[in-house]
Amino acid sequence: MTDKDRFVPDEGLAPASTVLPAADVVEEFTAPPRSQWRDVWDQFKTHKGAMVGAMLFIFIVAAVYLGPFLWTIDPTQIDIRARNQGPSWAHPFGTDQLGRDIMARMMSGGQTSVSVGITAMLLALFLGSFIGVVAGFFKRLDGPLMRLTDLFLALPLLPLLLVMMLLFREPLSAAFGLERGIFILIVCAIGITSWMPTARIVRGDVLAIKEREFVLAARSIGTSNTQIITRHILPNVLSPIMVSATLGIATAIITESALSFLGLGFPPDFPTWGRLLFDGVDYLQQYPERVFWPGLAISLTVLSVNYLGDGLRDALDPRIRGR
Amino acid sequence: MLNFTIRRLILAVPTLLFISLVIFLLLELAPGDPMAQVPLTVPPEVKEKMREALGLGQPMHIRFWKWIVQFFWIEPQVLVDHIFGTTFSAGDLRVISWQTRSPVMDIVIQRIPQTLWVVGTAYVVAILIALPIGIYSAYRQYSWFDQMGTFVSMIGFSVPPFFSGVLVIVIFSVQLGWFPSIYDTTLVVNSWDSFILQLKQMIMPVMVLALQITAQLSRFMRASMLDNLNQDYVRTARAKGLSEYTVVMVHVLRNSMIPVVTVIALGIPAIFGGAIITEQVFKVNGIGQLLIGAIQANDLPMVQTLTFIFAVLIVLFNLIADVLYGILDPRIRYD
Repeated sequence: MTDKDRFVPDEGLAPASTVLPAADVVEEFTAPPRSQWRDVWDQFKTHKGAMVGAMLFIFIVAAVYLGPFLWTIDPTQIDIRARNQGPSWAHPFGTDQLGRDIMARMMSGGQTSVSVGITAMLLALFLGSFIGVVAGFFKRLDGPLMRLTDLFLALPLLPLLLVMMLLFREPLSAAFGLERGIFILIVCAIGITSWMPTARIVRGDVLAIKEREFVLAARSIGTSNTQIITRHILPNVLSPIMVSATLGIATAIITESALSFLGLGFPPDFPTWGRLLFDGVDYLQQYPERVFWPGLAISLTVLSVNYLGDGLRDALDPRIRGR
Repeated sequence: MLNFTIRRLILAVPTLLFISLVIFLLLELAPGDPMAQVPLTVPPEVKEKMREALGLGQPMHIRFWKWIVQFFWIEPQVLVDHIFGTTFSAGDLRVISWQTRSPVMDIVIQRIPQTLWVVGTAYVVAILIALPIGIYSAYRQYSWFDQMGTFVSMIGFSVPPFFSGVLVIVIFSVQLGWFPSIYDTTLVVNSWDSFILQLKQMIMPVMVLALQITAQLSRFMRASMLDNLNQDYVRTARAKGLSEYTVVMVHVLRNSMIPVVTVIALGIPAIFGGAIITEQVFKVNGIGQLLIGAIQANDLPMVQTLTFIFAVLIVLFNLIADVLYGILDPRIRYD
């Protein structure tokens, strides 16, 4: 143990490049400590489905957001002479009944669907983690907050979502403009109806972590509650939160498409995948591919996110990792 | 156990009251006016009379109380009258739909058989498919059958019913022409031919619903079997020389069914909610379609009653699941 500089202090998220080349003989004793996230990544890589899912999801997000820079046709441009065309080089997915390019519409619809999914997930995650941490940490609030969670779980969600769409559509579109108003409405509606599972999982974990010695140690040196929560508790409940994040994206995308499919989501000139599917149903007999593409996009996105979540769950579970 | 059940039943009352209040207050904000379709030639004072006849124009808390009385006191009386031919409810005002101006519950009763028939069959079919799949994929963990099962249930999770439903319509109704794409509720089954027709029109909605339920249930069954397969009592059973069939199908299966049965109970109300979309796709005129129609037509009493019925179902089946868990698993005692 003469050359101390061979040790790299465990900085948690130390990038791999700071690792010094180790001498070959004493390597196994002096191998630098591996960061936790490297272990997680190594375990994640062994899950084939999760890797394929992650790549597919990144591909879909990239295609939807970067695609319009390459495929510059305006999704709202009407070319009535070229309506109802089949696939061609000018329009790889064909055109719809008004001659709008379906590929451009798929991209712009995907942007809305994916952003609704991600934003609603973030909102639900924030609410769920907040309520879960508060309920788990403060004993006095545990009872009331968990009863609230049970109450929300007992609400019939899809009917309530539909009712909320009906009620707040007009006031919000008047206040924020048609598209942004409905975006806010859908994101909030999905967010406040889907935080309950996260809250329950996080509360359970916080209850267990709160009794551990390091929390006691932190408390004994006079750390405030806020700091205990942000520095000691939150990093330790990160893995269930991340797993429910992936599942949350999937549910949010499906819910948004379901609302659009029932005709209560975004307006027709503002496409989302669900809305495109809904519009395509009218032309089911003549042009079944119009239903097929948006449906496939929704299903593939959700499938990839589900596989991603499956792999993350395995990778973040220290009992499975390293086996 | 009885104590626990009674306690839970009593606790369910404030929960349901609170939920009905939430729904009522939400609908209170609704912008729609039931008088919107009344012609402009009708004088305002007549309109005001009509509004009062529909129970509007009174303060909020009185209307809420009236709805509660109508739903919990008068409607059961109507049911009793209907069954026993008595006249308890004669002359009482019932919950009236704004769309049809007829009692909401009458319409709901008309619609329930279609929903129960399609959704119930789907649930039974799904259980019959999911349990064997779950058992076998746990018994042969990581075999190709297990991998296939995982993949199929991932698909079941990921493909939403409004896509899978439309997809099977394209394939089996439009391309192949095997099944009708619209569910005909006027069909009376009284002969072999009409039975075949009924079967044909039920296959697609039932299979679409069943795919989703199967995906969920088979995963649960598999996980529960895996938990039990490594337990000591299984080794003991094998060591006693019991046949493999007895070990798996009697010892392990019975223990694994405990959580699965409760999941089955919990899923029943969710199926009513999920069936809204499937009913819409296949034009089954059940409860789900009734709700969508009522929402689009701004028929608030109908929306309120239906949403509340869904809430009752959820609370009820949560209770049933908890009680079942206690009955099936002697290790769990709530008292």
